[in-house]
Amino acid sequence: MSTVIVGAGQAGVHLAATLRQEGYQERIVLIGDEPEPPYQRPPLSKAFLLGSAPEHTLHLRAESFYRDSAIELLRGERVTWIDRPGRRVRLAGGTHLAWDRLVLATGARPRPLGVPGEDLGGVLPLRNLADARALREHMASARSVVIVGGGFVGLEVAAAFASEGGEAVLLEAGDRLMGRAVTEPVSRFFARAHADRGTRIRLGAGAAEFLGRRGHVTAVRTTDGRTHPADLVVTGVGVLANSELAEWAGLAADGGILVDAALRTTDPRVHAIGDCARFPSAHHRARVRLESVQNAVDQAVHTGRLIATGEVRSYRELPWFWSDQKGLKLQIAGLPTGHDHVQLLGEPGSGRFSTLVFRGGRLVAVESVNRPADHMAARRLLASGRELAPDRAAAPGFDLKAFTADTAELAV
Amino acid sequence: MPKVVYVHPDGSQDRLDVPEGTSVMQAAVAQGIVGIVAECGGSAMCATCHVYVDPPDAESLPAVGADEDEMLDCTACPREPGSRLSCRIVLTADLDGLTVRLPEKQR
Repeated sequence: MSTVIVGAGQAGVHLAATLRQEGYQERIVLIGDEPEPPYQRPPLSKAFLLGSAPEHTLHLRAESFYRDSAIELLRGERVTWIDRPGRRVRLAGGTHLAWDRLVLATGARPRPLGVPGEDLGGVLPLRNLADARALREHMASARSVVIVGGGFVGLEVAAAFASEGGEAVLLEAGDRLMGRAVTEPVSRFFARAHADRGTRIRLGAGAAEFLGRRGHVTAVRTTDGRTHPADLVVTGVGVLANSELAEWAGLAADGGILVDAALRTTDPRVHAIGDCARFPSAHHRARVRLESVQNAVDQAVHTGRLIATGEVRSYRELPWFWSDQKGLKLQIAGLPTGHDHVQLLGEPGSGRFSTLVFRGGRLVAVESVNRPADHMAARRLLASGRELAPDRAAAPGFDLKAFTADTAELAV
Repeated sequence: MPKVVYVHPDGSQDRLDVPEGTSVMQAAVAQGIVGIVAECGGSAMCATCHVYVDPPDAESLPAVGADEDEMLDCTACPREPGSRLSCRIVLTADLDGLTVRLPEKQR
């Protein structure tokens, strides 16, 4: 009997720890393809870039933890094949490992831009520790920086760069920042805040071509016909789920490994969790694939319990996200996707506000900028399932925290 | 190396040697101490590393920051005068022997 976990990121590590916490006594093998001990990714685009978080502070667990918990951690090893009928995986070196539960926590990789010059020196993605080390080195000497992509990663890098006194140009092909993740008022607020800090934001401008000399980037030509000089380009235009292993093994995938409400793939002894999994969301009433620490951790806990106890339940945790852009703290509870109405709480001009996000008259998400109490209240409210009518939310003096406290009392 | 004592709700204790510059949260998570969740990894975003620090230890800690204060109102177990987010307590030599009580639940 054994559980093999492919991927030693936040989801994989948390799964292994949960299994032991839940009393699972069998063999656990945790396989990661990076040489470092498992680490947290969020600081890579923030504190680590600025040099305020040394590498050892990123480690998810002390090395002794794996030993003491009898978790066999294989570092720098890649799984190349899943043999489902034979219930084993093959490593790149040819070794086979047997499993009777297999968990795919394979994560995602940066989406390539697919434009000429992408492989020039000085054009860097940011996903793993090796990327972050390279970026930090380049940042120290860079004179002209262009960031391609106005999502969380691009904006966090822009904030880090601006706080060092640098001025970057940020290109976003869409008509607003973080367009897939947040509502319009939040996009607008962040555009202004980043501009105030010295980042030059160009909306509606994608990268069309990277120009270079002697193998190193010198400029970016944009889709709107301009050319920006650059000796460092950071790309952050989303990710692709690492679903190939699953597909080769005949498991269903569609922009992520498809799983059921209990996070099992089309083979019930094979599970998929975290960034690589596309699951039916209890809150969004659609299949979603989410990239967040919360999603990785909660899906790991869910699957760890299922494997340890054998009890099959639906995964129902409320998604939440955060982004820290040097003093601008954005927290999102729920999924704003597909919204049709936004109610502001507070004044964006004050630097502290929240939005109540509705879809079809139902509250689906709350975004908070530097208002953590609203965020925490929102998480409770959205998880409780209690309705909040848009006109009640629009009433003068509406207080989310008080409304939610009320909800908690009703629940008792 | 400063020592930190983690007291579980059932009264049992874990003692850890914590390098200076490491937070009470980081040390607990690294060693897999059950009772500190720290979903956000130390960004004061999640309030799942809540601990209680009793006097006289409480007085030797830096004051509660504005973000921390707001998050402490939202912890899974009730806030008490000694409530802190352990990601905000960074170990120094002066804090040797610090004792923190863990709440019944973090989420």
